[in-house]
Amino acid sequence: MLVITALIVVRLENLFTVAMVTGIYSLLSAVFFTLLDAVDVAFTEAAVGAGISTVLMLGTLSLVGHQQKKRKTVQWFPLTIVTITGLLLMYGTLDIPPFGEGGNPIHGHATTVHYLEESSHETGMPNVVTSVLASYRGYDTMGETTVIFTAMVGVLLLMSGRKRKPSKDVEGDPSGR
Amino acid sequence: MNAMGLLNYWFVIVLMMIGFYVLIAQGNLVKKIVGLNIFQTSVFVFYISMGKITGATAPILDSDWSVYSNPLPHVLILTAIVVGVATTALGLSLTVRIHEAYGSVEEDEINEMDE
Repeated sequence: MLVITALIVVRLENLFTVAMVTGIYSLLSAVFFTLLDAVDVAFTEAAVGAGISTVLMLGTLSLVGHQQKKRKTVQWFPLTIVTITGLLLMYGTLDIPPFGEGGNPIHGHATTVHYLEESSHETGMPNVVTSVLASYRGYDTMGETTVIFTAMVGVLLLMSGRKRKPSKDVEGDPSGR
Repeated sequence: MNAMGLLNYWFVIVLMMIGFYVLIAQGNLVKKIVGLNIFQTSVFVFYISMGKITGATAPILDSDWSVYSNPLPHVLILTAIVVGVATTALGLSLTVRIHEAYGSVEEDEINEMDE
C-alpha cells in the first residue's frame, strides 16, 4: 500500500493532489507503525507527518502555484542510477538478521535489556519509550529542541525578508528623491 | 536464507528508491521535498522493523505480557520525525523565497535565468 501511494505521488502532476496523497501516505505509515508495535511513533507520525507537514505543504502551494511543468514521463539516466543503488542495498540486506525474530542482536544488547527491566522502578513510568525519551536520553531531546529552534529561526528569517522586501521598495522610492 | 525474513527490508528499499528517484529526476522543488519525505519515511520504517519481535507487544510495561518490542529505535525515530518536519519547513520556506526571487520553482527554468 505504501509503495502504491508513493508511486502515485511520483506520477501526479498537480501539486495540490500530491500534498493530499502525501497526507494519506503519512497516515498509512502510521498504521504500519502501529502494526509493528511502535504506538508512540505512530501517533507522532499521524499528528506531525500527516497534520503539520500537509498544512505546511498547502501553505507553500498557495504561494508558489500548484501546477507542475509537463516533462518527459520516464527519465532513464536517474532511473538507472536508482535501480543500481537499490540492487546494491538489497545485496546489503542479505546480511541483516531476519525480520521479527527475538534472537536478533539488537534485542539482546545490554542497553535494551536494562531499559525493559529496570526503567519501571528507576523512573516509575510504565511506558518505556517515554522514560527513555525523557529520562535516559533527556539530553538528546534537548538537542532535538535546539534543532527545532534553529529551524524556526531560519524559517522566520527567510519569511520576514520576504515581507519586508516589497515594503522597502515602496519606502525606498520617496527617500531616494 | 529465507526471503520472507527480508521482504520487509526490500519494501523499505523500494520506497527509499522511489523517494530518491523523485529527488534526482523531478525538477519541481516542492515535489523534491515530497520525495525527501518519502525517503525519510522509508528510513523510519526500516528502524521500526528492526525493533519488532513477532508476537511481542508495544513497550508499555504490563503484568500480562513478558515480551516487548525494542523501545530504543522508537525513541530515535520519534526524534527523527520531529527533526524531519523542521527540515521540511525550512525547505518549503526556501522554496517560497526562490519563487519570490525567480518567479518559478522549476529547476531548469531557474538555471536558464542564472545563465
